[in-house]
Amino acid sequence: MTTIDIPALSLVVLVGASGSGKSTFARTHFKATEVISSDFCRGLVSDDENDQAASADAFEVLNFIAAKRLAAGRLTVIDATNVQPEARKELVALAREHDVLPVAIVLDPPERVCVERNAQRPDRQFGAKVVARQRSQLKRGLRSLKREGFRTVHVLDSVEEIDAVSIERTRLFNDVTDQTGPFDIIGDIHGCRAELEQLLTELGYTLTRDAIGRPIDAVHPDRRAIFVGDLVDRGPDTPGVLRLVMGMVAAGHAYCVPGNHEDKLLKALRGRNVKISHGLETTLEQLAEEPPEFRDAVAEFIDGLISHYVFDGGKLVVSHAGLVERMHGRASGRVRSFCLYGETTGETDEFGLPVRYPWANEYRGRAMVVYGHTPTPEPEWINNTICLDTGCVFGGALTALRYPERELVSIQAAEEYYAPAKPLHVATAPAREPDVLELTDVTGRRVIETLTHGRLSIRAEQAGAALEVMSRFAIDPRFLLYLPPTMSPVSTSSEPGLLEHPLQAFEAFKGQGVTELVCEEKHMGSRAVVLLTRDDDVAEKRFGLAGRGAVHTRTGRSFFEAPLTDELLLRLRAVVEQAGVFDELDTSWLLLDAELLPWSAKAEDLLRNQYAAVGAAARNSLPAATAALQSASAAGLDVDRLLTATERRTANVERFTAAYRRYCWPTDGLDGIRVAPFQVLASDGATYQERPHAWHLGIGDRMVAAGPDLITPTRRLYVDMSGWDAAVAWWQELTDAGGEGMVVKPAANLTRTAKGLAQPGLKVRGQEYLRLIYGPDYTEPANFERLRDRNLGHKRSLALREYALGLEALERAARGEPLWRIHECVFSVLALESEPVDPRL
Amino acid sequence: MFLTLATDLAGVDAPASDFGFLLHKNPARPQGIEVTGGTAHVFYPQATDERCTAAVLLEIDPIALVRSGRGKAQEGFTLGQYVNDRPYAASSLLAVALGKLFRTAMNGRCDARPDLAARPIPLEIHVPALPCNGGAELAGRMFGPLGWNVDARPVPLDPEIPAWGDSRYVDLRLTGVLRLADALNHLYVLLPVLDDAKHYWVGSDEVDKLVRAGEGWLGGHPDKDLISHRYLAHRRYLADTALERLAEADGVELVEEPSEEGSVSLAVERRQTVAGVLRELGARRIADLGCGEGALVGELLKDPMVGELIATDVSARALIGAKRRLHYNDLPDRQRERLRFLQSSVTYADHRLTGLDAAVLMEVIEHVDPPRLHALAKSVFQAARPAAVIVTTPNSDYNVRFPSLPTGRFRHPDHRFEWTRTEFQSWAHEVARVFGYRVEFRPVGAEDPEVGPPTQLALFRQLEKVAA
Repeated sequence: MTTIDIPALSLVVLVGASGSGKSTFARTHFKATEVISSDFCRGLVSDDENDQAASADAFEVLNFIAAKRLAAGRLTVIDATNVQPEARKELVALAREHDVLPVAIVLDPPERVCVERNAQRPDRQFGAKVVARQRSQLKRGLRSLKREGFRTVHVLDSVEEIDAVSIERTRLFNDVTDQTGPFDIIGDIHGCRAELEQLLTELGYTLTRDAIGRPIDAVHPDRRAIFVGDLVDRGPDTPGVLRLVMGMVAAGHAYCVPGNHEDKLLKALRGRNVKISHGLETTLEQLAEEPPEFRDAVAEFIDGLISHYVFDGGKLVVSHAGLVERMHGRASGRVRSFCLYGETTGETDEFGLPVRYPWANEYRGRAMVVYGHTPTPEPEWINNTICLDTGCVFGGALTALRYPERELVSIQAAEEYYAPAKPLHVATAPAREPDVLELTDVTGRRVIETLTHGRLSIRAEQAGAALEVMSRFAIDPRFLLYLPPTMSPVSTSSEPGLLEHPLQAFEAFKGQGVTELVCEEKHMGSRAVVLLTRDDDVAEKRFGLAGRGAVHTRTGRSFFEAPLTDELLLRLRAVVEQAGVFDELDTSWLLLDAELLPWSAKAEDLLRNQYAAVGAAARNSLPAATAALQSASAAGLDVDRLLTATERRTANVERFTAAYRRYCWPTDGLDGIRVAPFQVLASDGATYQERPHAWHLGIGDRMVAAGPDLITPTRRLYVDMSGWDAAVAWWQELTDAGGEGMVVKPAANLTRTAKGLAQPGLKVRGQEYLRLIYGPDYTEPANFERLRDRNLGHKRSLALREYALGLEALERAARGEPLWRIHECVFSVLALESEPVDPRL
Repeated sequence: MFLTLATDLAGVDAPASDFGFLLHKNPARPQGIEVTGGTAHVFYPQATDERCTAAVLLEIDPIALVRSGRGKAQEGFTLGQYVNDRPYAASSLLAVALGKLFRTAMNGRCDARPDLAARPIPLEIHVPALPCNGGAELAGRMFGPLGWNVDARPVPLDPEIPAWGDSRYVDLRLTGVLRLADALNHLYVLLPVLDDAKHYWVGSDEVDKLVRAGEGWLGGHPDKDLISHRYLAHRRYLADTALERLAEADGVELVEEPSEEGSVSLAVERRQTVAGVLRELGARRIADLGCGEGALVGELLKDPMVGELIATDVSARALIGAKRRLHYNDLPDRQRERLRFLQSSVTYADHRLTGLDAAVLMEVIEHVDPPRLHALAKSVFQAARPAAVIVTTPNSDYNVRFPSLPTGRFRHPDHRFEWTRTEFQSWAHEVARVFGYRVEFRPVGAEDPEVGPPTQLALFRQLEKVAA
């Protein structure tokens, strides 16, 4: 029995005449979905698997499907005769385009076997001549298959051999996904042996030395090292570095990927004509003093290095010059070249060095990519990738990254061993995340995995509406870490004349088994998210944007012009500092959820044009109508019903006007502006949705104490299941005094119940406030009955999804994830907000 | 929602109460009929031989009004549709009710008193809350030329908050000697014109009716352009409820006001200048970033030298409008292949826009908040990196030449800034320096010796491409 090894990710091309048994072979050895047959594709486009006229279209379909599978990293088998070189050429090109290995399996049983099989199939009308022609085409091409680009060619030329074969899928050399670490990934060494020894010691490795004291291995009880390449050249002791690293790799204590300098050294060692420059001269001098066996061992070592590795279930990728996502775990000349040299734009900079294409800026993969190659003063995370080359040989440092801890460990270089072509520290600004996001980060249909509420999808049209608002009105995404979710009201009350009542909130939570609740006063202002920094240099360092932070609305607009925002942030900073919150949370920045008062500060136009205008129109027309009706009535006409109705409407409009007036007071600059913080959203490395509301409100209270003329307290009442009367009375009192109402929340904050995530809050609004929402006359019995019927399902579902997306954004921000990952969530909240729901809810 | 019509029929040999015949409504019997959004009542507060007053009271049902709204309004309406002035102000709804109540009188027919219907009679009209976009002065301009004495007084927005000033309502009294039919037609047409508001529930056929009612007097009206312009504005208005909802969430309103530049010719001149520069560049692959309604795209499409046009806008609604305007779906295949519409944003990098010969940002940058201009420059000059970029923007030095533009105001309410020539040029030079372009400046429109051209244009060319 023969075994055929094929790479686990490859394009398997079956080659053989009609009737040679390709389909049976494919069925026997591969999953049905892995096999794309030309007959099947012919059927798809023409309803006839044998319609040769449809071949061109059928192969277009076949290639298209194969391309999609390969892009997704799936082994694909092409079941077609493939006896002509043109057909195979296309498939080889397809494999190359996706950086997978093409494999040919040739099935070539005797001609009579093929003819007999075809004769047994009524749908195959072609005779022996066709088979003969195909076999002769095959024979002619057989020897050139390797030259055509197939990595391996297997020829099976008897029925027995075909039947006896078994297929073994082998992992690619770069696939070490079963290795989960922990690892220490070490940057470009360039012959700096002393620093390497020091770094390994610092990382907790024990060095083993040979008889004359040279280190030949290093071992850590639980960790292994990964070298990102460029071990050689420029530095004082390349042979010493090689001896140590080769020893560690041989002993299984380390992995190593090759750098461009190893690649060139290998060519030099093999006697190829290379330009001796960029430090290769030092290496060759140093190696000349070593015995020839050592030089041979070095050549063998370099030759055996794999250009990149994929570790830990695909979560970590290491290569010398980084790697774009579509090449992770692939094997081809292009992949190797990217790993060694990176991608360049073809231009050179003022120092004559090639300009590197900023692939990391566009990187959106989930795997962490760790690499070296380009000296940088400080290692910076860019979209979950990091470059560890801190220019040790140029007098910089040798840096290691601890994985999965994401900690950096550095050893300063003892001296500048080699003068850099481009000054290391005055070079370009440190590489950092791009400050402009990609359109593809936000548009189209999206699915976002959230920690609290599973996978949430955003429709393309929702994203389209959000794109306009985000682009036209929102602040810089670097300061926009969160948008608050919409909040659902309680179900309609059965109390006469009341649409909303606290009892429905208590009952709703009770029904979900949430028994400890907090009622928070609802401030009638504008929802505000405050990003606060402790010092003026924090924003630039942490968010890459100069400024003090931001005060923005529910849809991401700045509340004020820049000077006023800065002044408000300065005052809030002083308050938070005095309240000791920065210290307590050990953070340099803070994200707060708050209400900004008065309503008229932000919404004055709306108040004037919508609310006050209604009052003005009514104040002039209703009395005139009343007077006319009174005259008519006095004249004996029957207009009494109309007169009564008009008088009632006059009274309703007065109450309506009184309702909005409570939320308006004059402001001038920041004078008159008040902030009511009620929740801490995030800080450096932490989120707070699991802390009880009592803690959050406690922070608010401390801020009130520290700045009573800026900070407004949030009154609250705790409720359990023992009695609700006090809370109902409290709500009545709040709303009678003109308050908007209250929000009932689970006291513990984020609450998961048997029925899923609990609503983060339910609002219970007062009777008079609701005039502003449902219109002045909503309390009229005829209107009221029609309004009671409200559908809350959609609103509640939206509220939960937006809540989960907001929390996801906070989690990602606190973890220091790439900007696009945060923005994706923030943008999605806005996208969901564009959903048509009853705006009165 | 309320108005009165009165007469003493002075100088006419008939009791004032004969007014009831003219209106075809019996003074002794209040009447109510169903109209769009509610019930229209007619009654007479006074009907004596000396004086006769007819009152129209439109009782609007705000809930039914929204529920009977257009198709998707059921779920998709905005709060503004619910809490609004329609139940109180004399808007198009009242005009429609007048048309229904007094159809015969509006046609000038009165079988009982044909002589009275045919002759001018003394009339007094009172509209206590007339929404009047343009203020009391505009009410005078509208009714004055038609033979009315106009007394229009502004109504304060909120007497308890005097700082807010006047509302957009006026208390309107008209007196004059006119044919009743003419008076009714004037109201029918001019009430909604003065209101000039978004009409969520007036069908397009109502607009046609309004135009018909203007026969005989609208043609000679000195403000006939403004009157017809406002009709058109109503018809063109497409309620984009999604956007409005997002604006409402913030407690602000979506600005939908026309540009103050006024002159259509400047827009045309701008397009022609830009098209001329593109020809001069010999650009074949062009993107119009922020294409709006597609006016420039329409112009460029005519040029056979243009090989491929990409029209982008951040607003999906604008793209739908542009496609409709250019009859995109009906274009022959050859034409349509040259043109692509993409929703895109100048503050995000869009890789579909690479490899362009030229990108046009015509009157776009001033709609971007200054702190976001950096993102715009990066997305256009770095990510898309066209060989040439044309940017036009208002020249604020020139604003003093717009008589209707108050000092310090921008030409369009959505403008985030308007730059002087110096400001624009210093921005452009900095962008050119950072991203490797060479920049030159051109005027658009007639140059004023003192304040320059109304619009300024910067032409950026990539240094490498220029060298090559």
